Amino acid sequence: MFKILQKTVSTGTVTVNYPAEPAKISERFRGRPSFDFDKWKDARPAADVCPTGAISLSDNDESRNVTVDYGLCVFCGLCAEASSDQAVRVTQEFALATSDRRNLVFTAEYTLNADRTHGGLRKVDRRLVDAETDVESLGQKARDTIQKILGRSLAIREVDAGSCNGCELEIVALNNPVHDIERFGIHFVASPRHADMLLVTGPVTRNMELALLKTHRAMAEPKVVVAVGACGISGGIFGENYASLGSVDKVLPVDVYIPGCPPRPQALLHGILLAVGRLAERLHTDRAG
Amino acid sequence: MMTQAMSAMFEALRQKLGPQVQSVRADREDEIYLLLADADIRPITEHLRGQFGARLVTVFAEDRRATEGVFFNYYVFEQKGSAQYLIVQAPVRSDSLEFPSLSAELPAVNWQEREIQDWFGLKAAGHPNPRRVALHDNWPDVYPLRKDFPLETVLPPFEGERHIYRPAFGEGVLQVPVGPVHAGIIEPGHFNFAVAGEPILYLQLRMFYTHKGTEKLFEQLPIHKAVFLAESISGDSSFSHGTAFCQAIERAANIEVPLRGLVMRTILLELERICNHVGDIGAIATDVGFVIANAHASRLKETLVTLNEQLTGSRLLRGMVCVGGVRRSWDAAQLGALRSTVDSFAREFRDLISLIDRSESTRDRLEQTGVLRPDKARDLGIVGVGGRASGVDLDVRRDHPYAAYSRYSFRVPVYQAGDVWHRMQVRIDEVNESIGIVQNAMADGLRREFRVPVPPIPSDRCALSAVEGWRGEIIHWIRTGPDNHLERCKIKDPSLNNWPALVEAVQGNIIADFPVINKSFNLSYSGTDR
Ligand code: SF4
Repeated sequence: MFKILQKTVSTGTVTVNYPAEPAKISERFRGRPSFDFDKWKDARPAADVCPTGAISLSDNDESRNVTVDYGLCVFCGLCAEASSDQAVRVTQEFALATSDRRNLVFTAEYTLNADRTHGGLRKVDRRLVDAETDVESLGQKARDTIQKILGRSLAIREVDAGSCNGCELEIVALNNPVHDIERFGIHFVASPRHADMLLVTGPVTRNMELALLKTHRAMAEPKVVVAVGACGISGGIFGENYASLGSVDKVLPVDVYIPGCPPRPQALLHGILLAVGRLAERLHTDRAG
Repeated sequence: MMTQAMSAMFEALRQKLGPQVQSVRADREDEIYLLLADADIRPITEHLRGQFGARLVTVFAEDRRATEGVFFNYYVFEQKGSAQYLIVQAPVRSDSLEFPSLSAELPAVNWQEREIQDWFGLKAAGHPNPRRVALHDNWPDVYPLRKDFPLETVLPPFEGERHIYRPAFGEGVLQVPVGPVHAGIIEPGHFNFAVAGEPILYLQLRMFYTHKGTEKLFEQLPIHKAVFLAESISGDSSFSHGTAFCQAIERAANIEVPLRGLVMRTILLELERICNHVGDIGAIATDVGFVIANAHASRLKETLVTLNEQLTGSRLLRGMVCVGGVRRSWDAAQLGALRSTVDSFAREFRDLISLIDRSESTRDRLEQTGVLRPDKARDLGIVGVGGRASGVDLDVRRDHPYAAYSRYSFRVPVYQAGDVWHRMQVRIDEVNESIGIVQNAMADGLRREFRVPVPPIPSDRCALSAVEGWRGEIIHWIRTGPDNHLERCKIKDPSLNNWPALVEAVQGNIIADFPVINKSFNLSYSGTDR
């Protein structure tokens, strides 16, 4: 007993204070690749190496449409390595969760030179992923919502609808003493009946479709659904095939998407807090209505 | 390439089995293919097992109708004390589609033969339980790994039961279905317990809920992208599966990975092992109420995951291994972080273990719980941690050295008791050995190359690759195709071998102990289901 106490005391507090303070992450962490569309002289090398098709091209004779979909991105950094023009950079950004799937997609249109490199940038549509990433206030708001509206606790039911278990590892890590999601009053629960939020990972397999639907149906209103990771958002590297339906939103209405492969715990937390906001809105309309 | 020893073996087999043994070829020194004239694998299996004590590692199939007019079954054997794999290649005729089952004598291949039935539409004649395993019962009759089945096929909605469980009879006998969605944050699968009061009479499993067409998908992706698919076979084994895959390509294309690349792979493979073992030790402690131990274990795991990120940019060690070596080398700061984290981890791990060792109640709960007897473990073909706790002395790192393992000495812990406590003990010992390996490897070959450029991958080459993941033996087998693509990629995660161990180990235990017994194996559903 004494030994246990001693160990506990000597370890001290290890819990981080994200998002009230910025996350301390290794400078080696690979986050969102950023694209300097003005500078980008050729998108082909990046598209060639991109393992999931997050960068895709459609060319015609004199122009090229480039699509970058962060919902498919696994943050491998290969696009940055492959692009010689410094236009693609790996950043440390991870708080990319959004309630609008379209926010994760950038498009650019280039005129093409004779050698198929980019002539000029005709137009670019860059929805701001970080429109919703003022994480600090997000954290505060979510805390308030959980305190005042949800009776101090938010219950999450997690369903693995076909993942590789990578996302599960990070969701489990949310509960470790370092990330300690319970400090927000957020708990993972066993029964969907007690849950306010459904956190779904994986490309939804044909074999999990029904179980996922049933779990969702068993939850009381109001409820929110969060799609986790590249696979949950888009099917990821697995995509759609005879055994995989692909993205979660093929099966359920999704409120928040959390990019990553897997999303690191802070990214998950960011997305979950965002979803708390959505839940609060829904509670509000329910009550008002 | 035919060594003297090989021609002697070939002659001996010819004498014994006659013209059924058609030819032998060595694709590389440790990978020998023996072609049979027909699908009858029984005589040679009996001979190899009886005369040489060989172990059947894995069984899988390939659709070669387009090029050779037949399917092939491949039976991979290994022999204690030899680093060679002997791969018996047995044609299965496309008109009869039948091959004789080995499952009655060798329960270890029960699921694998059924997988061949489900995915290729071949028939394992004489299989004691030929029901579907890899496709659920409500699937139409499709054979996804046949070449004429397109990956993107959209199947109609499923109807009917996914699986009919054997009924349980007897007074007071109840069936308790659990899953596929479980209470905790874990992967999906269905468990059907037959219980008499508290004790579990038997357990039936329904897996493959997370089947996502992975092996088929490997046939469509260019090799450099397929590396990322390999990393997603089982997320907790990203680096092991990624390495197994890259090794297979390197073997097929005769690419020699330079020393520092091999050393760095070794270090990262061991970090993956340490990380998962520590997590499991904590999880086992939680399941018997020792929450403080888990708090420490999960904190320790977090420091390792943070180190992973410093070393590879990814907490799961993703995006680091590549065909030809590893993608980046480490600078002084990274090496410093590696050294200091591993050193302080070693100290803290000792503290954690002494906490657990002092907890009488923990030991009480775990000893003699979930026992897998050594004879059962051997018969069922159990590998990895679960095997070594039950007397199965296998470890790919020692038996078929890869990466830089032959440069370091380490001990392979083996126990006979086969209970949860000893499965934990194997992990504890292995963590200590892994710390030693990492410390020895850190500065090894520091100034040497870590990566070679990769030439175009030649077509129609086969290669087997094996890695001792933290769970156990991982096998990848590939046949390359044109344009940097694969014709076939077989994945065997150790979980596939080990589910029957769980079924065996829970019998007679109370249902309340199921979680901790399950945790002590900690198998990958995704690795199983692919
Ligand atoms: S970082 Fe994302 S966009 Fe870039 S290559 Fe990797 S998956 Fe594709």
